[in-house]
Amino acid sequence: MLNGEKITKTILFLASLSIILIASGMVLSLMEGTIPAFNKFGLKFITSTDWNPTEGKESYGALPFIVGTVVTSVIAIIICLPLAFSTSLFIGEIYRGKKIASFIGTMVDMLAGIPSIVYGLWGFYVLRPWIVEMGFNDQGYGVFTAGLILAIMVIPYATSISVEMIKMVQNDLKEAAYSLGATRKDVVFNVILPNARSGIFTSYILAFGRALGETMAVTMLIGNSNIIPKSLFDTGNTMASLIANQFGEADGLKLSSLVAIALLLFVITGLINGLGKMLIKKI
Amino acid sequence: MVSSITEIKETSNHQKWDARFIKDKIFTGLIILFSLITISPIVLIISKLISKGYKQINLSFFTETTPNTYQAMLANEAGNTIPGGILNGITGTILMVFLASLMAIPIGVLIGIYLYENGTKRYAKIVKDITDILQGVPSIVLGLISYFWVVKFITNGFSALAGSFALFIMMLPLIIRSTEETFKMIPVSIKEAGFALGVPYHKIIFRILIPSGLSGLITGILLATSRVIGETAPLMLTALGSMAVNLNIEKPTSAIPLLIWEFYNDPNMVDLIWASSLLLMMLVLGINLISKMIISKRNL
Repeated sequence: MLNGEKITKTILFLASLSIILIASGMVLSLMEGTIPAFNKFGLKFITSTDWNPTEGKESYGALPFIVGTVVTSVIAIIICLPLAFSTSLFIGEIYRGKKIASFIGTMVDMLAGIPSIVYGLWGFYVLRPWIVEMGFNDQGYGVFTAGLILAIMVIPYATSISVEMIKMVQNDLKEAAYSLGATRKDVVFNVILPNARSGIFTSYILAFGRALGETMAVTMLIGNSNIIPKSLFDTGNTMASLIANQFGEADGLKLSSLVAIALLLFVITGLINGLGKMLIKKI
Repeated sequence: MVSSITEIKETSNHQKWDARFIKDKIFTGLIILFSLITISPIVLIISKLISKGYKQINLSFFTETTPNTYQAMLANEAGNTIPGGILNGITGTILMVFLASLMAIPIGVLIGIYLYENGTKRYAKIVKDITDILQGVPSIVLGLISYFWVVKFITNGFSALAGSFALFIMMLPLIIRSTEETFKMIPVSIKEAGFALGVPYHKIIFRILIPSGLSGLITGILLATSRVIGETAPLMLTALGSMAVNLNIEKPTSAIPLLIWEFYNDPNMVDLIWASSLLLMMLVLGINLISKMIISKRNL
């Protein structure tokens, strides 16, 4: 009997060991793959703006893609902010418990289910022509278009966590405010927001972490030019979409540089998500 | 005199209240407006997929493999629908998601049980944190890892196995967390009753914990499946794609999202894009719907 229990416990423990092996193996593999690029470029890799695969003159730098990744994700969060905040108030406060709230909630969940590539297609065939029509630029590609599609993609994440946080605000606080004659707007800004502030903030951090790693939809809309975008409607590239684009014909130093970018992306998303998880634990 | 003062006070109060009332109405209106804007993409996307994609969906769409670009060009010039279908993508998606589930479900459930049993231990907390980190890793990075591990070392080339390995790492954290959450909701007394009767530990897991949490486990697995079914980026780096139906796990294999990417890059295939996307969307939403139904049944 005791023996059987020990075997079961060992199997459970070994299973848990496997995820540690996978995660640490990932980090080691990425680091190992980065070595050739690191030996050649050193830390200049992060600050260099060159991306030149011409043989003999090979030179790779990650800065344009770091900038592109951060800029598209920041645009996404700025657009997402009022929309996700309103939607979470709609579901979690104003129509809380009503049928219409669960309907809107289901629709938001459906947004989370749409595959990245379908967002990309829709962005390419529908959103991009709108951008052209409005005269922002000729082709419709660029960091703004990519940020806009990213915003739609991360809204469900920000909304679902915000709803939880808004629902956690104690009812008696709200009732006290209402009984003093506060309007709904007063309650939102003076009771809900101060109480759920850090939770709502965390939901945007986690949404930001999501936006950083999105690949397909961004690849189809950002224009894939390996430069630092100078305006909102300039083309650019993100770290994830660069890997997707250039991986096909990559080997040697170029492949190593792509791995280095993957490692950077891994570290950046890890830090952002870690920050988010830490904040959520505090709540 | 006194009455006129109260009158003035009352009217001013009334006006003030009115202004606040209007502001509040505007605020609520804005929230409703923004919420409608938020959900408008889902309506726009689905209606676009249906209106553009339904023409191509017929029997051959499910039973034939992808046409080459020349066949598609001829059909476009003649104004016909493009011949052929996406059978190679459908079989590839089923094969890879099946393989990924085969790896992810047992390992994920076991780790979930481990965390549920040992949640307070320091080591278990580390495992939990690593699970969270893994969940946040961008899928393209997972594709790259699977390229280095499986494509380079195990199958010596792009393969279905490599694709499913990337999907497996994506599914794993989702299944672990849902398993742990599910078991936390089972009353401890049921487990303790088992212990009191002297039931061996593995039987407590397989005969008590897993059956009582089954609907939760299935929901978690379904949601994890629906998350990976539409993944494109990791498959581009691992499974590559194939024009024919391939069930050999060591050979390059197509998948529905991979085909969508190929059609997107080929101007002759535009018509097939929408039908394939429609099918992919229906798969994802269908799986989501089933898991929602299971959740609502459990809560009754």
